[in-house]
Amino acid sequence: MDQFMQQVINGLSLGSIYALIALGYTMVYGIINLINFAHCDIYMIGAYVGYFCLTVFKLDFVTTVLVAMAACTVLGVTIEKVAYKPLRNSSRITALITAIGVSLFLEYGMMFLVGPNVRTYPEITGLLAEKFNIGSVIVSTQQVIIVGISLLLMVLLQFIVKKTRIGKGMRAVTLDADAARLMGINVDSTISFTFVLGSAFAGIAGVLVGVYYNSINPLMGYLPGLKAFIAAVFGGIGSIPGAMIGGYTIGMVEVMVSGYANSMYKDAVVFAILILILIVRPTGLLGRNVREKV
Amino acid sequence: MKELVKKPVLRKGVGLVAVFIIVQLLLMTGVMNDYYFATLVTICINIILASSLNLITGFTGQLSLGHAGFMSIGAYTCAIFMMHVPPGWGVGAFLAGVLLGAVAAGVVGLLVGLPTLRLRGDYLAIATLGLSEIIRIIMVNLDITNGAAGLSGIPRFVNWIWLFVFTAGVVLLIANFINSTHGRACKAVREDEIAADTMGVNTTRYKVIAFIVGAFSAGIAGALYASYFYVIKPDLFGFLKSVDILVIVVLGGLGSLSGSILAAILLAVMSSLLQSFAEIRMVLYAVMLVAIMIFRPQGLMGSKEVSLALLKKFGKNLTFKKKRV
Repeated sequence: MDQFMQQVINGLSLGSIYALIALGYTMVYGIINLINFAHCDIYMIGAYVGYFCLTVFKLDFVTTVLVAMAACTVLGVTIEKVAYKPLRNSSRITALITAIGVSLFLEYGMMFLVGPNVRTYPEITGLLAEKFNIGSVIVSTQQVIIVGISLLLMVLLQFIVKKTRIGKGMRAVTLDADAARLMGINVDSTISFTFVLGSAFAGIAGVLVGVYYNSINPLMGYLPGLKAFIAAVFGGIGSIPGAMIGGYTIGMVEVMVSGYANSMYKDAVVFAILILILIVRPTGLLGRNVREKV
Repeated sequence: MKELVKKPVLRKGVGLVAVFIIVQLLLMTGVMNDYYFATLVTICINIILASSLNLITGFTGQLSLGHAGFMSIGAYTCAIFMMHVPPGWGVGAFLAGVLLGAVAAGVVGLLVGLPTLRLRGDYLAIATLGLSEIIRIIMVNLDITNGAAGLSGIPRFVNWIWLFVFTAGVVLLIANFINSTHGRACKAVREDEIAADTMGVNTTRYKVIAFIVGAFSAGIAGALYASYFYVIKPDLFGFLKSVDILVIVVLGGLGSLSGSILAAILLAVMSSLLQSFAEIRMVLYAVMLVAIMIFRPQGLMGSKEVSLALLKKFGKNLTFKKKRV
């Protein structure tokens, strides 16, 4: 039982990170119907910015997170303006291949700049490094902070999307971009804002992963990115609570498979879940069923 | 005689034989050394892979990001088979291995295709990507595939003759398929699935057929790879390999078989030119990919094929421009 609870705690922290990344995928997919493959590399760059802030510039944790967020936001919006905007009216496959191209560019560009080797995040001391026991289950402050930050951000995001003016614009563009434009919504800036939100979240996730797992490398984004996308599909793409549920489910499944079965197969199980969910319920748990018109 | 020359089949045949003889002469005179021949093998394997993916993505319109998975099944099946039969089988082991690898990939294509081809667009892309990752993870974990280290010491049977036979065979198979009733049905599915369905085309059936033929051909490519390069390991057949194949198809033009062949040759030449800039090669590759998508999304050939008529038209355009100047 204790071991099980311990796994649940680990699964929650991993799931929070997946959920944070999944939000970026789900928002971008909702608004421009594009699997933004570069999103996972924005997360990787967030981790690297955090690394350099902590080691070279010796900033504290909160400033580091803010700097990483800012850097990722700039990067995300630049990618959107340079690579995706010219393709807004072209076919889906063209946009998808462009996204893969941007992703490869970031991965190998980073590998060229900082070298392919794994880097170790500096040891976090003070309050963040503390561990305490609940019963016989060990919980670290880091885990609490990871889960706390992601829950807070998701509530914030839900608030932005449902209650603010720009959120209303985002929902309108998701439903019908042309109609939204006719209603006087600036579609371009709304799409850019979506990228701002998604990239900022990816930046935070990057720093949190660096602190939590201690090691980062230029290709670290690929697998978590895919899994986060699976999480978004699982919860229903375009839905923010869906991304959250999906993230926690995938994190939990992964931790349980490596805890109780063979950890080598944990990725295979996650992909198998994806294929099952696509076959059984392609719109995901909370997704809307869009009827096709002829 | 004049009548005969006009027949396209004969013209194609003459072209193929000419290519075969020229390369054979280059090999015999030693102009083509081992390094060039290795590049040639890569080109031929890429031609097979790209044409088969073009059938699925370009002609049937089903985006697949897992083509390397089928290739790996062909490679592993062929390699394991060849390493376990008695050495007396000689070249028979190779041929049986290639056939077995292709059939295994085709069967997996059928099993994978039946459920996933109900999905559309991006979802299918992600599902196929997931499947190829599952295949890779299984290869890493099985004993018979020797895990992450992979298999080595696979007997080498691939020479120019076999390479030519299989490459030309696959390209002709796919070209003929595209121009058949089934091929037209596939194109109808690509243009508009609902319309095709209404006109009585069994869309699922044709999607699955295209998928199986594509997987079968990718299996052949994998088997050839295994039997030329001695060593195979799961990492070779990851996501990056699938993207590589897709890039060839897109660069050549979705729906243009000759475009795929041109792009396979072009990319192989480019990649051997960039060999000395190993670190920055992938960055340039990525930039090129994005640039093609933004400035020429239809690829080199669009959906046209290289043909005499097209060349004539091109020539006419040139002369026309000259006159204007």
